[in-house]
Amino acid sequence: MADPGAMTGPLVRLTGVRKRFGDHRVLHGVDLEVARGDVLCLIGASGSGKSTLLRCVNHLERPNAGRVYVGGELIGYQERDGRLHELPERRIRAQRARIGMVFQHFNLFPHLTVLENVIEAPTRVNREPRESAARAARTLLDRVGLGDKVNAYPRSLSGGQQQRVAIARGLAMRPELMLFDEPTSALDPELVGEVLDVMRDLAAGGMTMIVVTHEMGFAREVATRVAFMDGGRIVEEGTPHQVLADPRHERTRSFLSKVL
Amino acid sequence: MVQQQAAPDTRVADADDDHDIVPRSRPWRWVGVAVVLVVAAEVVSSVLTNPNYQWDIVGKYLFDSRILAGLGTTLLLTTVAMALACLLGLVLALMRRADSRLLRATAGGYVWLFRGTPVLVQLIIWYNLAILVPVVSIGIPFGPQLWTAQTNDLISPWTAAILGLALNEAAYLCEIIRSGINAVDYGQTEAAQALGMSRRHSFRRIVLPQALRVIVPPASNEAIGLLKYSSVVSVIALPELLYAGQLIYGRTYETIPVLIVVSIWYLVIVTLLTWLEHRLERRLGAGFAARHGSAAPSRAGRWSRWLTPAR
Repeated sequence: MADPGAMTGPLVRLTGVRKRFGDHRVLHGVDLEVARGDVLCLIGASGSGKSTLLRCVNHLERPNAGRVYVGGELIGYQERDGRLHELPERRIRAQRARIGMVFQHFNLFPHLTVLENVIEAPTRVNREPRESAARAARTLLDRVGLGDKVNAYPRSLSGGQQQRVAIARGLAMRPELMLFDEPTSALDPELVGEVLDVMRDLAAGGMTMIVVTHEMGFAREVATRVAFMDGGRIVEEGTPHQVLADPRHERTRSFLSKVL
Repeated sequence: MVQQQAAPDTRVADADDDHDIVPRSRPWRWVGVAVVLVVAAEVVSSVLTNPNYQWDIVGKYLFDSRILAGLGTTLLLTTVAMALACLLGLVLALMRRADSRLLRATAGGYVWLFRGTPVLVQLIIWYNLAILVPVVSIGIPFGPQLWTAQTNDLISPWTAAILGLALNEAAYLCEIIRSGINAVDYGQTEAAQALGMSRRHSFRRIVLPQALRVIVPPASNEAIGLLKYSSVVSVIALPELLYAGQLIYGRTYETIPVLIVVSIWYLVIVTLLTWLEHRLERRLGAGFAARHGSAAPSRAGRWSRWLTPAR
Protein backbone atom coordinates (compact mmCIF):
# COMPACT_ATOMS: atom_id res chain seq x y z
CA MET A 1 0.00 0.00 0.00
CA ALA A 2 1.28 3.43 -0.89
CA ASP A 3 2.86 5.27 1.96
CA PRO A 4 3.40 9.02 1.44
CA GLY A 5 6.76 8.83 3.17
CA ALA A 6 8.05 5.88 1.13
CA MET A 7 11.37 7.46 0.20
CA THR A 8 11.84 9.84 3.10
CA GLY A 9 10.37 7.83 5.98
CA PRO A 10 11.89 4.78 7.66
CA LEU A 11 12.79 1.86 5.40
CA VAL A 12 11.22 -0.63 7.81
CA ARG A 13 8.20 0.14 9.94
CA LEU A 14 6.44 -2.38 12.18
CA THR A 15 3.23 -1.48 13.98
CA GLY A 16 1.52 -3.69 16.54
CA VAL A 17 2.99 -6.95 15.17
CA ARG A 18 1.64 -9.97 16.99
CA LYS A 19 2.45 -13.60 16.41
CA ARG A 20 1.33 -16.75 18.11
CA PHE A 21 2.08 -20.40 17.43
CA GLY A 22 -1.09 -22.18 18.47
CA ASP A 23 -1.75 -21.00 22.02
CA HIS A 24 1.80 -19.84 22.49
CA ARG A 25 2.08 -16.06 22.07
CA VAL A 26 5.52 -15.10 20.84
CA LEU A 27 5.09 -11.43 19.89
CA HIS A 28 2.84 -9.09 21.84
CA GLY A 29 2.43 -6.08 19.57
CA VAL A 30 5.85 -4.88 18.47
CA ASP A 31 6.41 -1.36 17.10
CA LEU A 32 9.73 -0.68 15.43
CA GLU A 33 11.27 1.65 12.88
CA VAL A 34 14.54 1.25 11.00
CA ALA A 35 15.83 4.16 8.93
CA ARG A 36 17.75 3.72 5.68
CA GLY A 37 21.40 2.98 6.40
CA ASP A 38 20.66 1.97 9.99
CA VAL A 39 22.15 -1.16 11.52
CA LEU A 40 19.74 -2.39 14.15
CA CYS A 41 20.90 -5.13 16.49
CA LEU A 42 18.15 -7.14 18.17
CA ILE A 43 19.36 -8.60 21.43
CA GLY A 44 17.66 -10.60 24.14
CA ALA A 45 17.47 -14.04 25.70
CA SER A 46 16.48 -17.17 23.76
CA GLY A 47 12.72 -17.34 23.32
CA SER A 48 12.27 -13.58 23.60
CA GLY A 49 10.91 -13.44 20.04
CA LYS A 50 13.89 -11.87 18.22
CA SER A 51 14.09 -14.41 15.44
CA THR A 52 10.33 -14.56 14.98
CA LEU A 53 10.22 -10.78 14.68
CA LEU A 54 12.99 -10.87 12.08
CA ARG A 55 11.18 -13.58 10.13
CA CYS A 56 8.02 -11.48 10.07
CA VAL A 57 9.90 -8.78 8.14
CA ASN A 58 10.19 -10.97 5.02
CA HIS A 59 6.99 -12.89 5.74
CA LEU A 60 8.67 -16.23 6.49
CA GLU A 61 6.33 -15.99 9.47
CA ARG A 62 2.86 -14.54 8.93
CA PRO A 63 2.02 -12.06 11.67
CA ASN A 64 -1.39 -12.68 13.25
CA ALA A 65 -1.97 -8.95 13.61
CA GLY A 66 -0.20 -5.68 12.93
CA ARG A 67 1.54 -4.31 9.89
CA VAL A 68 5.03 -4.68 8.45
CA TYR A 69 6.12 -2.06 5.91
CA VAL A 70 9.37 -2.19 3.93
CA GLY A 71 10.05 0.78 1.67
CA GLY A 72 6.52 1.97 2.36
CA GLU A 73 5.00 -1.26 1.03
CA LEU A 74 2.85 -3.45 3.27
CA ILE A 75 4.48 -6.89 3.40
CA GLY A 76 2.44 -10.02 2.73
CA TYR A 77 -0.98 -8.44 2.74
CA GLN A 78 -3.08 -5.76 1.12
CA GLU A 79 -5.46 -3.68 3.12
CA ARG A 80 -9.07 -3.44 1.94
CA ASP A 81 -12.06 -2.29 4.00
CA GLY A 82 -9.91 -2.17 7.09
CA ARG A 83 -9.01 -5.86 6.78
CA LEU A 84 -5.83 -7.59 5.66
CA HIS A 85 -6.10 -9.84 2.62
CA GLU A 86 -3.24 -12.19 1.93
CA LEU A 87 -1.30 -11.27 -1.20
CA PRO A 88 -0.87 -13.75 -4.05
CA GLU A 89 2.36 -15.73 -3.75
CA ARG A 90 3.81 -13.92 -6.79
CA ARG A 91 3.60 -10.54 -5.04
CA ILE A 92 5.10 -11.87 -1.81
CA ARG A 93 7.97 -13.36 -3.82
CA ALA A 94 8.66 -9.98 -5.41
CA GLN A 95 8.75 -8.40 -1.94
CA ARG A 96 11.09 -11.07 -0.58
CA ALA A 97 13.43 -10.71 -3.54
CA ARG A 98 14.25 -7.16 -2.32
CA ILE A 99 15.10 -8.36 1.20
CA GLY A 100 18.21 -10.46 1.76
CA MET A 101 18.36 -12.98 4.58
CA VAL A 102 21.22 -14.84 6.25
CA PHE A 103 20.45 -17.82 8.48
CA GLN A 104 22.10 -19.24 11.56
CA HIS A 105 22.84 -22.55 9.81
CA PHE A 106 23.81 -20.91 6.50
CA ASN A 107 21.27 -23.00 4.52
CA LEU A 108 23.46 -23.05 1.45
CA PHE A 109 22.32 -25.41 -1.30
CA PRO A 110 24.75 -28.32 -0.86
CA HIS A 111 24.22 -29.78 -4.33
CA LEU A 112 25.25 -26.53 -6.04
CA THR A 113 28.72 -24.99 -6.22
CA VAL A 114 29.44 -21.69 -4.51
CA LEU A 115 28.94 -19.78 -7.76
CA GLU A 116 25.72 -21.65 -8.56
CA ASN A 117 24.43 -20.87 -5.06
CA VAL A 118 24.97 -17.17 -5.66
CA ILE A 119 23.54 -16.94 -9.19
CA GLU A 120 20.54 -19.26 -8.75
CA ALA A 121 18.11 -16.53 -7.68
CA PRO A 122 19.43 -13.71 -9.91
CA THR A 123 19.21 -15.88 -13.03
CA ARG A 124 15.96 -17.64 -12.27
CA VAL A 125 13.99 -15.17 -10.19
CA ASN A 126 15.20 -11.91 -11.73
CA ARG A 127 15.96 -13.53 -15.11
CA GLU A 128 19.36 -11.90 -15.41
CA PRO A 129 21.58 -13.34 -18.17
CA ARG A 130 23.91 -15.99 -16.75
CA GLU A 131 27.03 -14.19 -17.93
CA SER A 132 26.38 -10.91 -16.14
CA ALA A 133 25.01 -12.69 -13.05
CA ALA A 134 28.20 -14.77 -12.85
CA ARG A 135 30.34 -11.66 -13.25
CA ALA A 136 28.44 -9.88 -10.46
CA ALA A 137 28.68 -13.01 -8.30
CA ARG A 138 32.46 -13.21 -8.72
CA THR A 139 32.75 -9.57 -7.67
CA LEU A 140 30.65 -10.27 -4.57
CA LEU A 141 32.63 -13.40 -3.73
CA ASP A 142 35.83 -11.39 -4.05
CA ARG A 143 34.35 -8.86 -1.67
CA VAL A 144 33.70 -11.54 0.98
CA GLY A 145 37.18 -12.96 0.38
CA LEU A 146 36.15 -16.15 -1.41
CA GLY A 147 37.04 -15.32 -5.01
CA ASP A 148 39.08 -18.55 -5.21
CA LYS A 149 36.23 -20.81 -4.05
CA VAL A 150 33.70 -20.27 -6.84
CA ASN A 151 33.74 -23.90 -7.95
CA ALA A 152 33.89 -25.45 -4.48
CA TYR A 153 30.88 -27.18 -2.95
CA PRO A 154 29.60 -25.70 0.34
CA ARG A 155 30.42 -28.80 2.39
CA SER A 156 34.10 -28.50 1.55
CA LEU A 157 34.18 -25.04 3.15
CA SER A 158 34.55 -24.04 6.79
CA GLY A 159 31.52 -22.64 8.61
CA GLY A 160 32.86 -19.11 8.36
CA GLN A 161 33.40 -19.48 4.64
CA GLN A 162 29.93 -20.95 4.19
CA GLN A 163 28.35 -18.03 6.01
CA ARG A 164 30.25 -15.55 3.85
CA VAL A 165 28.94 -17.33 0.74
CA ALA A 166 25.45 -17.04 2.23
CA ILE A 167 25.93 -13.30 2.63
CA ALA A 168 27.11 -13.01 -0.99
CA ARG A 169 24.07 -15.05 -2.07
CA GLY A 170 21.77 -12.59 -0.31
CA LEU A 171 23.58 -9.56 -1.73
CA ALA A 172 23.37 -10.96 -5.28
CA MET A 173 19.69 -9.97 -5.38
CA ARG A 174 20.72 -6.33 -4.74
CA PRO A 175 18.50 -6.05 -1.67
CA GLU A 176 17.65 -2.76 0.00
CA LEU A 177 17.57 -4.50 3.37
CA MET A 178 19.55 -7.40 4.85
CA LEU A 179 18.27 -9.59 7.68
CA PHE A 180 20.73 -11.63 9.77
CA ASP A 181 19.37 -14.36 12.05
CA GLU A 182 22.16 -15.16 14.54
CA PRO A 183 24.72 -15.33 11.72
CA THR A 184 27.63 -16.36 13.97
CA SER A 185 25.92 -18.59 16.54
CA ALA A 186 26.74 -21.84 14.72
CA LEU A 187 30.39 -20.97 14.18
CA ASP A 188 33.51 -22.02 16.02
CA PRO A 189 34.84 -19.04 17.98
CA GLU A 190 37.89 -18.54 15.76
CA LEU A 191 35.65 -18.21 12.66
CA VAL A 192 33.26 -15.59 14.05
CA GLY A 193 35.58 -12.69 13.26
CA GLU A 194 35.73 -13.23 9.50
CA VAL A 195 31.93 -13.15 9.23
CA LEU A 196 31.60 -10.09 11.44
CA ASP A 197 34.26 -8.35 9.31
CA VAL A 198 32.17 -8.86 6.19
CA MET A 199 29.10 -7.52 7.98
CA ARG A 200 31.06 -4.54 9.23
CA ASP A 201 32.12 -3.71 5.65
CA LEU A 202 28.54 -4.05 4.53
CA ALA A 203 27.36 -1.64 7.23
CA ALA A 204 30.09 0.81 6.31
CA GLY A 205 28.84 0.68 2.71
CA GLY A 206 25.47 1.99 3.91
CA MET A 207 23.42 -1.23 3.80
CA THR A 208 20.35 -1.20 6.03
CA MET A 209 20.61 -4.23 8.30
CA ILE A 210 18.62 -5.91 11.05
CA VAL A 211 20.83 -8.31 12.99
CA VAL A 212 19.67 -10.76 15.63
CA THR A 213 22.84 -11.43 17.55
CA HIS A 214 24.53 -12.41 20.78
CA GLU A 215 27.73 -10.61 19.75
CA MET A 216 27.66 -7.64 22.10
CA GLY A 217 30.99 -6.39 20.80
CA PHE A 218 29.61 -6.21 17.27
CA ALA A 219 26.46 -4.46 18.52
CA ARG A 220 28.52 -1.90 20.40
CA GLU A 221 30.87 -1.13 17.50
CA VAL A 222 28.76 -1.49 14.38
CA ALA A 223 25.11 -1.00 15.33
CA THR A 224 23.58 2.43 14.97
CA ARG A 225 20.75 1.27 17.19
CA VAL A 226 20.13 -1.58 19.58
CA ALA A 227 16.77 -3.02 20.66
CA PHE A 228 16.44 -5.31 23.66
CA MET A 229 13.59 -7.81 23.51
CA ASP A 230 12.05 -9.71 26.39
CA GLY A 231 8.87 -11.78 26.49
CA GLY A 232 7.76 -10.84 22.98
CA ARG A 233 8.12 -7.08 23.47
CA ILE A 234 10.78 -4.51 22.75
CA VAL A 235 11.64 -3.38 26.25
CA GLU A 236 14.26 -0.81 25.45
CA GLU A 237 15.67 0.72 22.31
CA GLY A 238 18.27 3.36 21.55
CA THR A 239 21.86 3.94 20.58
CA PRO A 240 24.30 1.17 21.52
CA HIS A 241 25.67 3.43 24.22
CA GLN A 242 22.24 4.05 25.76
CA VAL A 243 21.13 0.41 25.76
CA LEU A 244 24.39 -1.41 26.42
CA ALA A 245 26.24 1.02 28.69
CA ASP A 246 23.42 2.79 30.43
CA PRO A 247 20.27 0.63 30.33
CA ARG A 248 17.21 2.10 31.99
CA HIS A 249 15.25 -1.11 32.48
CA GLU A 250 15.89 -3.66 35.16
CA ARG A 251 15.40 -6.56 32.69
CA THR A 252 17.93 -5.11 30.25
CA ARG A 253 20.41 -4.70 33.10
CA SER A 254 19.96 -8.26 34.30
CA PHE A 255 20.29 -9.67 30.75
CA LEU A 256 23.44 -7.67 30.09
CA SER A 257 24.98 -8.66 33.39
CA LYS A 258 24.72 -12.28 32.26
CA VAL A 259 26.16 -11.90 28.78
CA LEU A 260 28.82 -9.22 29.21
CA MET B 1 29.61 -27.63 11.50
CA VAL B 2 32.22 -28.55 8.93
CA GLN B 3 35.72 -27.49 9.80
CA GLN B 4 38.38 -28.96 7.56
CA GLN B 5 39.63 -25.58 6.46
CA ALA B 6 43.25 -26.12 7.34
CA ALA B 7 43.22 -29.85 8.09
CA PRO B 8 46.50 -31.29 6.80
CA ASP B 9 46.37 -34.43 4.71
CA THR B 10 47.13 -37.01 7.38
CA ARG B 11 47.26 -39.92 4.95
CA VAL B 12 50.66 -38.90 3.67
CA ALA B 13 52.08 -38.85 7.18
CA ASP B 14 50.65 -42.32 7.85
CA ALA B 15 52.39 -43.71 4.80
CA ASP B 16 55.73 -42.38 6.02
CA ASP B 17 55.32 -43.93 9.46
CA ASP B 18 54.13 -47.25 8.11
CA HIS B 19 57.41 -49.13 8.49
CA ASP B 20 57.22 -48.86 12.28
CA ILE B 21 54.01 -50.86 12.49
CA VAL B 22 53.69 -54.64 12.39
CA PRO B 23 50.02 -55.56 11.79
CA ARG B 24 48.43 -57.99 14.25
CA SER B 25 48.16 -61.49 12.75
CA ARG B 26 44.61 -62.41 11.71
CA PRO B 27 44.52 -66.23 11.29
CA TRP B 28 40.72 -66.47 10.91
CA ARG B 29 40.84 -64.23 7.88
CA TRP B 30 42.99 -66.82 6.09
CA VAL B 31 40.62 -69.62 7.18
CA GLY B 32 37.74 -67.63 5.69
CA VAL B 33 39.61 -67.03 2.46
CA ALA B 34 40.42 -70.73 2.18
CA VAL B 35 36.79 -71.79 2.75
CA VAL B 36 35.54 -69.35 0.13
CA LEU B 37 38.09 -70.50 -2.42
CA VAL B 38 37.28 -74.18 -1.91
CA VAL B 39 33.51 -73.64 -2.18
CA ALA B 40 33.96 -71.43 -5.24
CA ALA B 41 36.13 -74.03 -6.93
CA GLU B 42 33.52 -76.72 -6.25
CA VAL B 43 30.73 -74.61 -7.74
CA VAL B 44 32.72 -73.67 -10.83
CA SER B 45 33.79 -77.23 -11.50
CA SER B 46 30.20 -78.48 -11.10
CA VAL B 47 28.89 -75.85 -13.50
CA LEU B 48 31.54 -76.73 -16.07
CA THR B 49 31.54 -80.54 -15.79
CA ASN B 50 27.99 -81.56 -14.80
CA PRO B 51 26.27 -82.52 -18.08
CA ASN B 52 22.79 -81.84 -16.62
CA TYR B 53 23.25 -78.12 -17.11
CA GLN B 54 23.04 -78.85 -20.83
CA TRP B 55 25.01 -75.79 -21.88
CA ASP B 56 24.56 -76.67 -25.55
CA ILE B 57 20.79 -76.25 -25.12
CA VAL B 58 21.32 -73.01 -23.23
CA GLY B 59 23.27 -71.76 -26.25
CA LYS B 60 20.50 -72.89 -28.57
CA TYR B 61 17.80 -70.87 -26.78
CA LEU B 62 19.82 -67.85 -25.66
CA PHE B 63 18.95 -65.87 -28.79
CA ASP B 64 15.74 -67.77 -29.62
CA SER B 65 13.21 -65.36 -31.16
CA ARG B 66 10.51 -66.28 -28.60
CA ILE B 67 12.90 -65.58 -25.73
CA LEU B 68 13.96 -62.27 -27.26
CA ALA B 69 10.32 -61.30 -27.85
CA GLY B 70 9.60 -62.11 -24.19
CA LEU B 71 12.61 -60.05 -23.15
CA GLY B 72 11.31 -57.12 -25.20
CA THR B 73 7.90 -57.43 -23.54
CA THR B 74 9.45 -57.52 -20.07
CA LEU B 75 11.60 -54.47 -20.80
CA LEU B 76 8.76 -52.45 -22.31
CA LEU B 77 6.38 -53.43 -19.52
CA THR B 78 8.89 -52.58 -16.79
CA THR B 79 9.92 -49.28 -18.35
CA VAL B 80 6.41 -48.01 -19.00
CA ALA B 81 5.03 -49.21 -15.65
CA MET B 82 8.01 -47.74 -13.74
CA ALA B 83 7.75 -44.39 -15.54
CA LEU B 84 4.03 -44.13 -14.82
CA ALA B 85 4.59 -45.27 -11.23
CA CYS B 86 7.25 -42.58 -10.70
CA LEU B 87 4.91 -39.84 -11.92
CA LEU B 88 1.96 -41.08 -9.90
CA GLY B 89 4.19 -41.77 -6.90
CA LEU B 90 5.46 -38.18 -6.98
CA VAL B 91 1.92 -36.81 -7.16
CA LEU B 92 0.87 -39.06 -4.27
CA ALA B 93 3.91 -38.05 -2.21
CA LEU B 94 3.09 -34.37 -2.72
CA MET B 95 -0.54 -35.06 -1.80
CA ARG B 96 0.57 -36.76 1.42
CA ARG B 97 2.44 -33.55 2.31
CA ALA B 98 -0.38 -31.21 1.30
CA ASP B 99 -2.07 -28.84 3.74
CA SER B 100 -5.48 -30.20 2.78
CA ARG B 101 -6.56 -33.06 5.00
CA LEU B 102 -8.69 -34.47 2.18
CA LEU B 103 -5.70 -34.72 -0.18
CA ARG B 104 -3.56 -36.30 2.55
CA ALA B 105 -6.25 -38.84 3.39
CA THR B 106 -6.84 -39.69 -0.27
CA ALA B 107 -3.17 -40.43 -0.89
CA GLY B 108 -2.95 -42.34 2.39
CA GLY B 109 -5.98 -44.41 1.42
CA TYR B 110 -4.48 -45.14 -1.99
CA VAL B 111 -1.24 -46.40 -0.47
CA TRP B 112 -3.17 -48.46 2.07
CA LEU B 113 -5.28 -50.13 -0.62
CA PHE B 114 -2.66 -50.78 -3.30
CA ARG B 115 0.10 -51.79 -0.94
CA GLY B 116 -2.24 -53.85 1.13
CA THR B 117 -3.52 -56.22 -1.57
CA PRO B 118 -1.50 -58.69 -3.67
CA VAL B 119 -0.46 -57.37 -7.07
CA LEU B 120 -1.67 -60.67 -8.53
CA VAL B 121 -5.20 -59.92 -7.33
CA GLN B 122 -4.99 -56.37 -8.69
CA LEU B 123 -3.88 -57.62 -12.10
CA ILE B 124 -6.73 -60.09 -12.36
CA ILE B 125 -9.24 -57.43 -11.31
CA TRP B 126 -7.94 -54.98 -13.93
CA TYR B 127 -8.04 -57.71 -16.55
CA ASN B 128 -11.64 -58.51 -15.63
CA LEU B 129 -12.66 -54.91 -15.15
CA ALA B 130 -15.54 -55.37 -17.58
CA ILE B 131 -17.29 -57.56 -15.01
CA LEU B 132 -17.26 -54.66 -12.53
CA VAL B 133 -17.65 -51.75 -14.93
CA PRO B 134 -19.00 -52.78 -18.35
CA VAL B 135 -18.88 -49.31 -19.95
CA VAL B 136 -16.33 -46.51 -19.55
CA SER B 137 -17.26 -42.97 -20.50
CA ILE B 138 -15.82 -39.49 -20.26
CA GLY B 139 -18.17 -36.58 -19.76
CA ILE B 140 -19.39 -33.99 -17.32
CA PRO B 141 -19.81 -35.64 -13.91
CA PHE B 142 -23.48 -36.57 -13.40
CA GLY B 143 -24.12 -34.79 -16.75
CA PRO B 144 -24.01 -35.69 -20.45
CA GLN B 145 -21.41 -38.13 -21.78
CA LEU B 146 -18.91 -36.98 -24.39
CA TRP B 147 -17.21 -40.29 -25.12
CA THR B 148 -18.17 -43.85 -24.33
CA ALA B 149 -16.50 -47.23 -24.85
CA GLN B 150 -16.96 -50.83 -23.87
CA THR B 151 -14.49 -51.73 -21.13
CA ASN B 152 -13.64 -54.96 -22.93
CA ASP B 153 -12.41 -52.99 -25.95
CA LEU B 154 -10.11 -50.90 -23.78
CA ILE B 155 -8.62 -53.53 -21.50
CA SER B 156 -6.15 -55.72 -23.39
CA PRO B 157 -3.64 -57.87 -21.53
CA TRP B 158 -1.17 -55.03 -22.11
CA THR B 159 -3.29 -52.26 -20.60
CA ALA B 160 -4.28 -54.48 -17.69
CA ALA B 161 -0.65 -55.41 -17.05
CA ILE B 162 0.60 -51.82 -17.20
CA LEU B 163 -2.26 -50.52 -15.06
CA GLY B 164 -1.81 -53.27 -12.50
CA LEU B 165 1.95 -52.98 -12.17
CA ALA B 166 2.11 -49.16 -12.34
CA LEU B 167 -0.68 -48.49 -9.85
CA ASN B 168 0.74 -51.01 -7.40
CA GLU B 169 4.31 -49.75 -7.75
CA ALA B 170 3.18 -46.13 -7.36
CA ALA B 171 2.05 -46.89 -3.81
CA TYR B 172 5.56 -48.04 -2.87
CA LEU B 173 7.28 -45.22 -4.71
CA CYS B 174 5.00 -42.69 -3.00
CA GLU B 175 6.47 -43.68 0.36
CA ILE B 176 10.03 -43.73 -0.96
CA ILE B 177 9.67 -40.28 -2.55
CA ARG B 178 7.95 -38.89 0.54
CA SER B 179 10.75 -40.03 2.82
CA GLY B 180 13.27 -38.55 0.37
CA ILE B 181 11.56 -35.17 0.48
CA ASN B 182 11.30 -35.31 4.27
CA ALA B 183 15.03 -35.96 4.46
CA VAL B 184 15.80 -32.51 3.03
CA ASP B 185 16.21 -29.91 5.79
CA TYR B 186 13.36 -27.39 5.84
CA GLY B 187 15.99 -24.64 6.00
CA GLN B 188 16.60 -25.28 2.30
CA THR B 189 13.01 -24.37 1.47
CA GLU B 190 13.20 -21.31 3.72
CA ALA B 191 16.41 -20.10 2.11
CA ALA B 192 14.82 -20.54 -1.32
CA GLN B 193 11.72 -18.63 -0.21
CA ALA B 194 13.78 -15.83 1.27
CA LEU B 195 15.47 -15.43 -2.12
CA GLY B 196 12.07 -14.94 -3.77
CA MET B 197 11.84 -18.37 -5.42
CA SER B 198 8.42 -19.79 -6.19
CA ARG B 199 7.35 -23.00 -4.48
CA ARG B 200 7.68 -24.85 -7.77
CA HIS B 201 11.12 -23.44 -8.46
CA SER B 202 12.38 -24.26 -4.98
CA PHE B 203 10.99 -27.80 -5.17
CA ARG B 204 12.35 -28.54 -8.63
CA ARG B 205 15.78 -26.92 -8.30
CA ILE B 206 16.55 -27.10 -4.58
CA VAL B 207 14.58 -29.79 -2.75
CA LEU B 208 14.10 -32.50 -5.39
CA PRO B 209 17.77 -32.84 -6.44
CA GLN B 210 18.70 -33.37 -2.79
CA ALA B 211 15.77 -35.69 -2.16
CA LEU B 212 16.76 -37.81 -5.18
CA ARG B 213 19.98 -38.77 -3.42
CA VAL B 214 17.86 -40.53 -0.82
CA ILE B 215 15.24 -41.74 -3.31
CA VAL B 216 17.44 -43.31 -6.00
CA PRO B 217 18.86 -46.35 -4.14
CA PRO B 218 15.53 -47.73 -2.86
CA ALA B 219 13.78 -46.73 -6.10
CA SER B 220 16.37 -48.68 -8.06
CA ASN B 221 15.65 -51.63 -5.82
CA GLU B 222 12.00 -51.22 -6.75
CA ALA B 223 12.84 -51.07 -10.48
CA ILE B 224 14.83 -54.30 -10.20
CA GLY B 225 12.03 -55.88 -8.19
CA LEU B 226 9.46 -54.75 -10.75
CA LEU B 227 11.56 -56.17 -13.59
CA LYS B 228 11.34 -59.60 -12.01
CA TYR B 229 7.86 -59.61 -10.54
CA SER B 230 6.52 -58.31 -13.83
CA SER B 231 6.52 -62.04 -14.62
CA VAL B 232 3.24 -62.32 -12.67
CA VAL B 233 1.51 -60.86 -15.74
CA SER B 234 1.74 -64.36 -17.19
CA VAL B 235 -1.54 -64.96 -15.30
CA ILE B 236 -3.25 -62.73 -17.85
CA ALA B 237 -1.48 -64.51 -20.73
CA LEU B 238 1.00 -61.80 -21.61
CA PRO B 239 4.14 -63.61 -22.84
CA GLU B 240 6.96 -61.83 -21.06
CA LEU B 241 10.41 -63.34 -20.56
CA LEU B 242 9.68 -66.00 -17.95
CA TYR B 243 6.38 -66.98 -19.55
CA ALA B 244 8.09 -67.30 -22.95
CA GLY B 245 10.56 -69.69 -21.33
CA GLN B 246 7.76 -71.68 -19.65
CA LEU B 247 5.99 -72.03 -23.02
CA ILE B 248 9.18 -73.54 -24.46
CA TYR B 249 10.04 -76.02 -21.71
CA GLY B 250 6.39 -76.93 -21.34
CA ARG B 251 6.71 -78.64 -24.69
CA THR B 252 10.35 -79.75 -24.75
CA TYR B 253 10.92 -80.57 -21.03
CA GLU B 254 14.31 -78.76 -21.19
CA THR B 255 13.34 -77.02 -17.95
CA ILE B 256 16.75 -76.26 -16.41
CA PRO B 257 18.58 -75.00 -19.50
CA VAL B 258 15.67 -72.75 -20.52
CA LEU B 259 15.42 -71.31 -17.00
CA ILE B 260 19.16 -70.68 -17.12
CA VAL B 261 18.61 -68.75 -20.37
CA VAL B 262 15.87 -66.70 -18.72
CA SER B 263 18.06 -66.05 -15.66
CA ILE B 264 20.98 -64.96 -17.83
CA TRP B 265 18.80 -62.30 -19.44
CA TYR B 266 17.46 -61.09 -16.09
CA LEU B 267 21.03 -60.86 -14.81
CA VAL B 268 22.14 -58.92 -17.89
CA ILE B 269 19.35 -56.37 -17.43
CA VAL B 270 19.88 -56.07 -13.66
CA THR B 271 23.61 -55.57 -14.22
CA LEU B 272 22.83 -52.74 -16.65
CA LEU B 273 20.36 -51.20 -14.20
CA THR B 274 22.89 -51.40 -11.37
CA TRP B 275 25.51 -49.70 -13.52
CA LEU B 276 23.05 -46.94 -14.41
CA GLU B 277 22.14 -46.53 -10.74
CA HIS B 278 25.78 -46.09 -9.74
CA ARG B 279 26.27 -43.45 -12.42
CA LEU B 280 23.14 -41.63 -11.29
CA GLU B 281 24.19 -41.81 -7.64
CA ARG B 282 27.59 -40.39 -8.50
CA ARG B 283 26.00 -37.46 -10.31
CA LEU B 284 23.54 -36.75 -7.52
CA GLY B 285 26.30 -37.08 -4.94
CA ALA B 286 28.09 -33.97 -6.24
CA GLY B 287 28.79 -31.74 -3.27
CA PHE B 288 28.08 -34.48 -0.73
CA ALA B 289 31.06 -36.80 -1.17
CA ALA B 290 33.45 -33.86 -1.23
CA ARG B 291 33.93 -33.57 2.50
CA HIS B 292 37.65 -33.06 2.01
CA GLY B 293 37.43 -30.96 -1.08
CA SER B 294 38.15 -33.81 -3.47
CA ALA B 295 35.99 -36.35 -5.26
CA ALA B 296 35.15 -39.73 -3.73
CA PRO B 297 38.35 -41.61 -2.87
CA SER B 298 39.47 -43.85 -5.69
CA ARG B 299 39.68 -47.53 -4.89
CA ALA B 300 42.79 -48.66 -6.66
CA GLY B 301 42.50 -52.21 -7.94
CA ARG B 302 45.35 -53.87 -6.11
CA TRP B 303 44.90 -57.62 -6.07
CA SER B 304 45.53 -57.89 -2.35
CA ARG B 305 42.47 -55.68 -1.68
CA TRP B 306 40.31 -58.58 -2.87
CA LEU B 307 41.60 -60.78 -0.09
CA THR B 308 42.25 -58.36 2.73
CA PRO B 309 40.24 -55.33 3.70
CA ALA B 310 41.75 -51.88 3.46
CA ARG B 311 43.04 -50.66 6.80
